[in-house]
Amino acid sequence: MSRARSSLPRSVAMHAALILYTIIAVAPVLIIIINSFKDRRAIFSSPLSLPGPNSFSLVGYHAVFAQGSFVTYFENSLIVTVVSIALVLVFGAMAAFALSEYRFRGNMLMGLYLALGIMIPIRLGTIAILKLMVATHLVDTLTALILVYTAQGLPLAIFILSEFMHGVSDDLKNAGRIDGLSEYRIFFRLVLPLIRPAMATVAVFTMIPIWNDLWFPLILAPSEATKTVTLGAQMFLGQFVTNWNAVLSALSLAILPVLILYLIFSRQLIRGITSGAVK
Amino acid sequence: MGSLTLTNIRKSFGQVDVLKGIDLAVEDGEFVIFVGPSGCGKSTLLRVIAGLEDATSGSVKIDGKEVSNVPPAKRGIAMVFQSYALYPHLSVRDNMGLGLKQAGAPATDIAKRVEAASTMLSLEDYLGRRPAELSGGQRQRVAIGRAIVREPKLFLFDEPLSNLDAALRVNTRIEIARLHRKLKSTMIYVTHDQVEAMTLANRIVVLNKGVVEQVGSPMELYNRPANLFVAGFIGSPQMNFIDAGKLGESGAKTIGIRPEHISVSAEAGPWKGSVTHAEHLGADTILYVETEKLGLVTVRLFGEHRFHDDDVVFLTPDTAKTYRFDQGGRVIGS
Repeated sequence: MSRARSSLPRSVAMHAALILYTIIAVAPVLIIIINSFKDRRAIFSSPLSLPGPNSFSLVGYHAVFAQGSFVTYFENSLIVTVVSIALVLVFGAMAAFALSEYRFRGNMLMGLYLALGIMIPIRLGTIAILKLMVATHLVDTLTALILVYTAQGLPLAIFILSEFMHGVSDDLKNAGRIDGLSEYRIFFRLVLPLIRPAMATVAVFTMIPIWNDLWFPLILAPSEATKTVTLGAQMFLGQFVTNWNAVLSALSLAILPVLILYLIFSRQLIRGITSGAVK
Repeated sequence: MGSLTLTNIRKSFGQVDVLKGIDLAVEDGEFVIFVGPSGCGKSTLLRVIAGLEDATSGSVKIDGKEVSNVPPAKRGIAMVFQSYALYPHLSVRDNMGLGLKQAGAPATDIAKRVEAASTMLSLEDYLGRRPAELSGGQRQRVAIGRAIVREPKLFLFDEPLSNLDAALRVNTRIEIARLHRKLKSTMIYVTHDQVEAMTLANRIVVLNKGVVEQVGSPMELYNRPANLFVAGFIGSPQMNFIDAGKLGESGAKTIGIRPEHISVSAEAGPWKGSVTHAEHLGADTILYVETEKLGLVTVRLFGEHRFHDDDVVFLTPDTAKTYRFDQGGRVIGS
């Protein structure tokens, strides 16, 4: 660490700010996880204390797994999220490549049109989407959710990726053309590996809202077979009685897959950045 | 085989005309250099020849065959880029062999040709490495190797030395000259550096604002420039341009004289002035002289001279080597 740039007061202040932020960000998650391992009375009497020998209980997890179809919910969430991310990345990158690489009439307008979705929330169109899904018999299918989420994720993906595509050297693409590579090979073999960090960023940005969404599963796919985890956790929240143990356990479990996905992408992100730095 | 004919090539980007009707014939085995200031259209012209840009109108013929509708890979060309443009995920060997592999050449053939090219460029020890593990000079040699392996009818170089440092640039320049002698293939080379143009070319094409100003051998351009632009562009330091009226000459607008064609004396001479700046380079001494009547004149003397700032000097031009230009900048006589 360079001494010239850091002084003790400054690094103390810096670390204090970062620690404060970390506490604010992590505390709610931590409280959920802590309380998911306690019995009901302990949750309410001392919500901030760690589970002790008297208060430790797995009753919440038992309730979740006794519910049976919870594994299905997880499966649904994973399928919807992973497939949507894949579609967003593939189509987003392709659109971004076309917009940044080819000169054609209306290029600029097309780019603006595709980016417009960033500013207009897709939920405004819920009723139209529902009508569409009813008409195409897609209600209560995962396909409905995947289609909606792909549409929701594309604008930001195209916006971010086309900025990065502009940065890829024209010479490299032209060298590929002279060597006889097809446009698809140039796209998949030359351009995509170079913008992997941007892809990882887009994947993370796309993933979190999809995984956490309650709105569209509730409206488009509320059936038992197509429920997602967020929707599934709702059934423990009753109008009069709420099974807090089960809710907290379900939420704790719901963190895991998304955490794993995040780790995979962020690894790519860091690898991409460092490989660029030493080039 | 390897001739190139350009007929009335025009290229416009929207309202902007970048190339305004280029005609050029390149013989088989020639080393032709496009030179000109940035924005003159030289790189665009090279891209049109390569097929990376479509000309707005005009025809490109390689070996007498119209190639305007032929994709770059099928034109029988190879191109070396300023930024090397090596495939980052492939080894040096695969970088060099990819073009042939795409064209469906047998693996033994590819290996043989890569072997030959890497020996020619002393890259044998680096064949297994990735581009990221090479220095700038090595990368540029790989890029040149990738072109050689394709055994093209036409080599295209797009400012290949611009990213290299000065010492490496001289070495690579010599290497390219050697390569041309050895391969005897047609090469087209784009640069803004007139030293590269003068040292490498059989023929230089001077471009300015999308128009060919003059085509000729390096010495032709130096000794018989067709106009003010070429006279000013070729030669370093730049030719002095003096208003003919100040010299009392009639029948010409501008008089041009190269800095190396002026002699300096401390005692006597027709043009009196004082030194405003002196550059001592050892082999050369360059004086910037503010003359009484003609303004600033640059003089190049060979060897070491003891002139300093503010010295009063007298300049004598070599009248046999002056150029006269008319109102439109065209050279008069000769």
